[in-house]
Amino acid sequence: MALQLSNTQLKWLKVAIFVLALLPFARLVWGVATGAFTDPLAEITGISGEWALYFLCITLAVTPLRRLSGWNWLVKLRRMVGLFTFFYAFVHFIAFLWFDHFFDVAAMLADVVKRPFILVGFIAFVLLIPLAATSTNAIIKRLGGKRWQWLHRLIYLIGPLAILHYWWMKEGKSDFAQPILFGAIVAVLLALRVFWHFRRKPQAVRA
Amino acid sequence: MLFKRHPNGLDLPFPSEITPQEVYTGRRQFIARMAATAAVGGGVWEMANREAFAQTATGQKLAARANVALSTDEKQTPFKDAAGYNNFYEFGLDKGDPADNAHTLVTRPWTVRIEGEVKKPLTLDIDSLLKLAPLEERIYRLRCVEGWSMVIPWIGYSLSNLLKQVEPTGNAKFVEFTTLADRKQMPGLRSGVLDWPYVEGLRIDEAMHPLTLLTMGMYGQVLPNQNGAPVRLVVPWKYGFKSAKSIVRIRLVSRQPRTAWNDSAPREYGFYSNVNPNVDHPRWSQASERRIGETGLFQPKRKTLMFNGYDQVASLYTGMDLKRYY
Repeated sequence: MALQLSNTQLKWLKVAIFVLALLPFARLVWGVATGAFTDPLAEITGISGEWALYFLCITLAVTPLRRLSGWNWLVKLRRMVGLFTFFYAFVHFIAFLWFDHFFDVAAMLADVVKRPFILVGFIAFVLLIPLAATSTNAIIKRLGGKRWQWLHRLIYLIGPLAILHYWWMKEGKSDFAQPILFGAIVAVLLALRVFWHFRRKPQAVRA
Repeated sequence: MLFKRHPNGLDLPFPSEITPQEVYTGRRQFIARMAATAAVGGGVWEMANREAFAQTATGQKLAARANVALSTDEKQTPFKDAAGYNNFYEFGLDKGDPADNAHTLVTRPWTVRIEGEVKKPLTLDIDSLLKLAPLEERIYRLRCVEGWSMVIPWIGYSLSNLLKQVEPTGNAKFVEFTTLADRKQMPGLRSGVLDWPYVEGLRIDEAMHPLTLLTMGMYGQVLPNQNGAPVRLVVPWKYGFKSAKSIVRIRLVSRQPRTAWNDSAPREYGFYSNVNPNVDHPRWSQASERRIGETGLFQPKRKTLMFNGYDQVASLYTGMDLKRYY
């Protein structure tokens, strides 16, 4: 039977997830503050990038999970997880801009244009911005549910772009174990949507 | 001079002074277990392990005469960073893996075979290698292709001392270095990241250059396992991966040898791989670098120097297009 949560339970679950989701960031701050990282820039970039991907996968998993389990309350957690995706992607981008280029925007843009691996990651980040910016209830209302939903389908593009970015990053060291894992997860999550989409269509025609 | 010099050029402790391996690995496990009970969270666990390593793996001293002429006076990288942040894929892909895993490497007995286009092929054990020429301490800059750098006091002598012993023939145009690949000692070999064994190479004139150091120690002591014990190469004007670690065979050859990284990703890792701020890596610029232990978050990276600042090697490449031969 579908697991039900009361509003209070849901509230506490949200708080718990919020705190958990901040732990990787706390680790970054702690590591930098105590000098525990030998190469802080590399650690910040790596950890933030990885967690952006984790949260992207979790965000994409909400709908299939909800459908398979019947836990409808899952959808109420999705906005927060999605915003954490943006948060870690933002840290990742700032690490690139600040620590790598020292706020030299011209040098950063030159790098973006010159290197496909950075370009793809940059596009994925830029596409995340409108999603994060349209996450408040007021804006959802103003846009209207349909248009909001269409906009947020950008995530289907962002997922593969992020994987490609990660894949190309690891390519030089032929270390594909993690990109394959992440790629497989995103592929399954997107394939489920495609599958459900096409299964529904013929029925609709028949009805 | 950093250390009192013994007549044999070594300053090794008596066997009775060396902590037996079981004792110190036992202590390491004990400390790690204590830390694990006390600490929560992956990060803390990692740090605790690193601390335990730092306390126990202090190696045997190795005396050497300082070669000031070939040394930089830049601030040295702390030992814990140089011995705790390594690329040595035979022991794992993460920077901390080698320090965690390399204790399984057996560095004695150890022999190096020198063969190929030579008149007098040789097999030398590590003790003979240590005595072959006077040991020098040279403080070199190390530039990794990944964009970070260190300053490390190495101990060794010019590789040319060894190569002269075997009397290369006129056919010897390149030198190929093969490093140990033993699944029993090296857990990283299970990954298919590179085609093992790790092989690197130099042109003969590069190998004979006085800067090219056959290295047995660092920071006044025998090389830690994770830094390529018991014998490695250090070629300071090239990216770090050109400096093969834990060498078991040196072969003089007539043709440019295949190298592990060049095989795996030829676009990214050329045979020459001279440090060159003007030739980007396909995925990042090489114009600047992060000096480990120095570059704080609020301090810009430092500019990378041509040949890592070792201008004396420039003549080796006169007339060569270093963009093409990267």
